[in-house]
Amino acid sequence: MNTRTRGPVRAGQYAALLCYLVFLAFPLLWLISTAFKPAQELASLHPTWIPEHPTLGNFRQAFDEQPLVRAAGNSLVAALSTAVIAVVIATPLAYVMARTRGRLAAAATGWVVVSQAFPFVLLIIPLFLVLKNLRLINSVPGLVMVYVVWSLPFALWMLVGYVRAVPAELEEAASVDGAGRLRTLVSVTAPLLVPGIVATALFAFITAWNEFFFALVLLKSPEKQTLPVVLTHFLGAEGVADLGPLAAAAFLATLPSLVVFAVIQRRITGGMLAGAVKS
Amino acid sequence: MTSATATATARSGRKRPARGAGHGAWFLVLPALIPILVLSVGPLLYGIALAFTDAQSGRTEPTRWIGTLNFQDLLHDTLFWDSFRIGLVWAVGVTVPQFALALGLALLLDQNLRFRWLARALAIIPWAMPEVVVGIMWRLVYHADAGILNETLRDTGLGDGRDWLTGLATALPAVIVVGIWAGMPQTTVALLAGLQNTPHELHEAAALDGAGAWRRFRTVTWPALRPVALAITALNFIWNFNSFALVYVLTSGGPGGRTRLPMLFAYEEAFRYGQFGYAAAMGCVMVAVISVILAFHLVGRLREGDDG
Repeated sequence: MNTRTRGPVRAGQYAALLCYLVFLAFPLLWLISTAFKPAQELASLHPTWIPEHPTLGNFRQAFDEQPLVRAAGNSLVAALSTAVIAVVIATPLAYVMARTRGRLAAAATGWVVVSQAFPFVLLIIPLFLVLKNLRLINSVPGLVMVYVVWSLPFALWMLVGYVRAVPAELEEAASVDGAGRLRTLVSVTAPLLVPGIVATALFAFITAWNEFFFALVLLKSPEKQTLPVVLTHFLGAEGVADLGPLAAAAFLATLPSLVVFAVIQRRITGGMLAGAVKS
Repeated sequence: MTSATATATARSGRKRPARGAGHGAWFLVLPALIPILVLSVGPLLYGIALAFTDAQSGRTEPTRWIGTLNFQDLLHDTLFWDSFRIGLVWAVGVTVPQFALALGLALLLDQNLRFRWLARALAIIPWAMPEVVVGIMWRLVYHADAGILNETLRDTGLGDGRDWLTGLATALPAVIVVGIWAGMPQTTVALLAGLQNTPHELHEAAALDGAGAWRRFRTVTWPALRPVALAITALNFIWNFNSFALVYVLTSGGPGGRTRLPMLFAYEEAFRYGQFGYAAAMGCVMVAVISVILAFHLVGRLREGDDG
């Protein structure tokens, strides 16, 4: 739009865009820069953007100091289980929410909205007590149970948008042709939903991979902890941190989410758009 | 409705899906409904009940009902109300500038600019990063000696640098800036989605009528964007008020409690001091106050909508 925008306005727009780019990018660039700096450069009082003697030593030291591989494994198990379970149980409900106007769909929609407002402390204390009685404290399965329910609202929100994008007429045509309701779902609707389901699963994966609060409360022993919790161990007591390994480990922990996000970015924004337009 | 009728419907295959989905509903809904009830709605009610007890961790004698005693104690707990005030300052301080910045970015991204793809990609990055990493990253930026912020200030002669996160006066503003940065993507994406729904024909018609950019924004863009803007600011306010990980990593609530958000306070109360009942009462107060504030927000906007 606005193809007739005049020169000075355009220039101003580019200047503004540049400011945004700098504001958004510089913290990440600084993290990367710090991760590759040797100790003596980090101790210098005049830090530079580009490391003069880039090193991988910080990464090696990070793996030596904290059990990063085990933590990443725990995170991976938790995030994968959450992603799979969340979409398996959310997709049928999302289908009902998208296709019916009953009290049930309204209640589910209400829960999706209201659950956004819970302060987690009101949820985590009873969950902690319940999981403790079930002996699921300090266990990744216990954490996954919490993650599944916690990722459901947004998963439902996305999936409802994707279901609505499948024309109901297609399903009606199938049933006119004599396909049963289950067959219509399996052979007509489900294939069309697959891209949306995959995007939702990946989003649930990222939220679980990144989550901190529940993991902090529920996982006590170091060998069970997930990556975000282990990262905070680098901060040490009194916040005195070994900057190089801290930056290196933080950068590594971000890479999987950045990759996944790059893949599904369009679908997430598309899902939000669909939810916003059609709800 | 039982699963038997659901299968019966499925077998008969005569129902039109759009209407008949209700018949298979329970069969489709239970897998999600049970976890929601058991792990979300149930614990929430349990949590509210706990607020009226003296529940503590690691205590041998049984938990007792103590009525509203926790709430009476909270009324006189000045530390809690300090943290509550800090939470409000933080939530408003993040939500309002973030909305303004995100609106500007969304308007830019809606234009036909070169490098738009780069800005879109970058704008989404904070969303993909774990909050813990965002906190660590900004600690490196704010670091007194090795941080880029102080180095830039020294280089440009604008100042000689300070300990941003440990200074009594600077800690809260410093974490607010991080909060603004971290939440930019969701707000920008939501506003961009709203913008792309505004009918462009209206824009062009207004431009032909000689309306300037500001006038077009006020009369065409904003009215169409308002529902999205209202929803996203309300959600952002709640999310920010309830936030935890970012500030936990940045300052742990310090210095001297200057950045101790209500969630950090309640977390310490529950999991450091084991005061489950008392912390649950804090959660209840947080929910109640947020609901009241949001109700006023919504009612105010609705009334404004009636006038316009």
